[in-house]
Amino acid sequence: MLSLLINSAHASSYMPFQGTEIAERVDSLYGFLLISSLLSFILLIGGMIYFAMKYKRRTDNDPTPNITHNNTLEFLWSFIPFLIFMLVFVWGFLIHKDMREAPEGAFEIHVTGFQWGWTFNYKSGVQTTTEFAVPVGTPVKLIMRSTDVLHNFFIPAFRIKQDLVPGMYTSLWFDAKVPGDYQVFCAEYCGTSHSDMLATLKVLPPAEFEQWLLEKSKIKDLPLAERGRILVEEGACVSCHSIDDQRKIGPGFAGLWGAQREFTDGTSAIVDENYIRESILFPSKKIVKGYADQMNVQNLDEDQMNAIVEYFKSQASGN
Amino acid sequence: MANATPGLNYLNHEKGLMSWLTTHDHKRIGLLYFVAVFTFFFLGGMFALLLRLELINPGKLFIEADTYNQFMTFHGTIMTFMVIIPGIPAFIGNFILPLQIGAKDVAFPRINLISWYCLIIGAAISFSSLLFGGADTGWTFYTPYSISKSAGGTTLMVAGAFVMGFSSILTGVNFVATTHRLRAKGMTFFRMPLMVWALYSTAIIQIIATPVLGITLLLLVLEKLLGIGFFDPQLGGDPVLFQHFFWFYSHPAVYIMVLPAMGVVSELITCFSRKQIFGYKAIAFSSLGIAAVSFFVWGHHMFVSGQSSWAAWLFSLITMLVGVPTAIKVFNWVATMYKGSIQFKAPMLFALGFIFLFTIGGVTGIMLATLATDVHFHDTYFVVAHFHYVMVGGTLMSMMGALYYWLPKMFGKMYNELQAQITFVLIFMGFNVTFFPQFILGSMGMPRRYYNYLPEFTSLNVISTVGSWMIGAGFFLAFYIVIKCIRSGPPAGDNPWGSKTLEWQTTSPPPHENFYEVPVVTGGPYEYSSESH
Repeated sequence: MLSLLINSAHASSYMPFQGTEIAERVDSLYGFLLISSLLSFILLIGGMIYFAMKYKRRTDNDPTPNITHNNTLEFLWSFIPFLIFMLVFVWGFLIHKDMREAPEGAFEIHVTGFQWGWTFNYKSGVQTTTEFAVPVGTPVKLIMRSTDVLHNFFIPAFRIKQDLVPGMYTSLWFDAKVPGDYQVFCAEYCGTSHSDMLATLKVLPPAEFEQWLLEKSKIKDLPLAERGRILVEEGACVSCHSIDDQRKIGPGFAGLWGAQREFTDGTSAIVDENYIRESILFPSKKIVKGYADQMNVQNLDEDQMNAIVEYFKSQASGN
Repeated sequence: MANATPGLNYLNHEKGLMSWLTTHDHKRIGLLYFVAVFTFFFLGGMFALLLRLELINPGKLFIEADTYNQFMTFHGTIMTFMVIIPGIPAFIGNFILPLQIGAKDVAFPRINLISWYCLIIGAAISFSSLLFGGADTGWTFYTPYSISKSAGGTTLMVAGAFVMGFSSILTGVNFVATTHRLRAKGMTFFRMPLMVWALYSTAIIQIIATPVLGITLLLLVLEKLLGIGFFDPQLGGDPVLFQHFFWFYSHPAVYIMVLPAMGVVSELITCFSRKQIFGYKAIAFSSLGIAAVSFFVWGHHMFVSGQSSWAAWLFSLITMLVGVPTAIKVFNWVATMYKGSIQFKAPMLFALGFIFLFTIGGVTGIMLATLATDVHFHDTYFVVAHFHYVMVGGTLMSMMGALYYWLPKMFGKMYNELQAQITFVLIFMGFNVTFFPQFILGSMGMPRRYYNYLPEFTSLNVISTVGSWMIGAGFFLAFYIVIKCIRSGPPAGDNPWGSKTLEWQTTSPPPHENFYEVPVVTGGPYEYSSESH
């Protein structure tokens, strides 16, 4: 009976899809909380409205009784809430314990948060940015760090969330039940593009996951310009720069190669290999006129740098 | 001026701006706070309306993300440090506390004036941050963002909050001393109105907790200016330590905001029900109980911060305990109405509105204290809705009730009752339209402090924004009513509500010395019942 009530509470609770067993357990507890809250609300506010109507002032000299207290009632309405609070504490504690402690041998992925994006590093060497994939029905542990300020990795469908704290590792784990795409948010305020710091989790059947991993690992074998395209267009760059001339936090990339850039200090330069390199490694050195100095240093290796330079070159010759 | 002269009162016994700016009279200082707090409230409210307007659609409507983050920061900082914390204790409390215990003034009148100047100077320092690039950290100033990445004026914003802290500490010291030393003859502790108990409990928190905020903000300023590594890991500090320090103050501060509101509600419910309060001692001691436990629950703001699981479990357990005295109070208020003679004047409507909204704030508070559900709700709009139900639905509703209730005492004039009831309807309805959808948004997973959001969140955000206009309209009308009452309201008489507490036994407005004859107290504060004598 209670479980039926709790299930019907979930149906109308606006909680997201239940992607894990933990999510189901959290929702059962939430259903219980919703029902007991609703009952106490009806009891209290119903009582208040009933008294307000029934004992509405009729004359200026309505007699009123001198009721000072009632020990039994006061004990009951202290002790019953206390029992409910202890019950939900223990219930919440039991779920939280399982939510926090990853099973032995979970599949591990390193997650890095930075202003404003995510990097996912697999043990096989694969690295992705705006999306990452995991096999369905497998416990996955995320080992997380931040390179600048606090961030928070939040997957609503799994009811899990954890801060990424610069200077230490934190972790999360989950065991996704259903294949599909899941939304990841940054839930700890981190500045300008906090609300655009999104990612997609792809939960795939094991065979498709292996295929996905293999495709991503082949990125290293792609032509340089194509690799650069993936880094730029599917990576963190586009959270602040558009690939056309639309204005975002930073200037757009349209017609970048060979263009004349005007800077806030009055100087100018032609976009070439060294300009691109410097703008990525030392973004504060030259600020394009009309924009603020907001970009963070991007730690790319030399191969990635070459790929990005070749990508911009290819964009110019393609036009 | 030892002897009070009929016709002269605290408003007209001295004239000119300087007589106000150098006054030691607690009633005048109360009105100085009135002007300051409602000016700040107007500014904080404008930021809120602009924020909600921007959020009416995803992406940009009229301001950039950086501007949005600044508005969000100013809204939070103004409303917390300049409106809700000084609101009831320093404005209503200053005016009412000495009157309710039959005192001529507070224990330290000069310190009382200094504390007002601390608020004004602190606020001026905070606003001056606008000249240096503003601040964009949110009102929580979390490190390391506030140290290494935030806008140029953040240091000034923090320094302003530091100075405003002294205002709060000094007011607390004053109220504790006043309550202990200046009660009229016969005013025993258990004959004090519950408003005094609430202000006294609040004052204890202000004295113990606010210095910790002061120290924390000072460390933050030192770290920003001198590069000493307390909180930034780049300098060897610990960012989570800042959160511990910050919430050690800011959780008790929640009770600085809400305990006085509970005191107001106890006054209003008894007066407009013509009933003895139900469970006087339970309410009085639950105020002290809440004040005591409030120091041991700060970690419930940090369940996902990286603190240990053990800490999370312990903080969740202790937080549940705060629910008990809070529940006691709400049950006692409703029980007080039983067999009463209930009159629905505007102050009573706001008190009933308080109970309605605060109950929703309370039960959602339990959902957030419960570990497993908090992990999902933390840093989403669910939390935004919860604390607005407590802070606005609780504190601000009761501040409006208190204002209408004591306005006739402050100025000797009556406001327009029908218009005041309309403000209640607008604010109460508008409040629910604004903030109830935010519980749903949070359940769906929309994080807070989001300038941009996913398209599926749009319709609820539109509803929320429309609600904010209703609240805005309600407060603009309230502002008009108050001004009109002060300028040209009809005479209110000394005790228009038939209240039993001492402040109503003197004239309206009271004389400079508060009472023509020093009162002697022979009974409790709520002897409304026809059977009590």
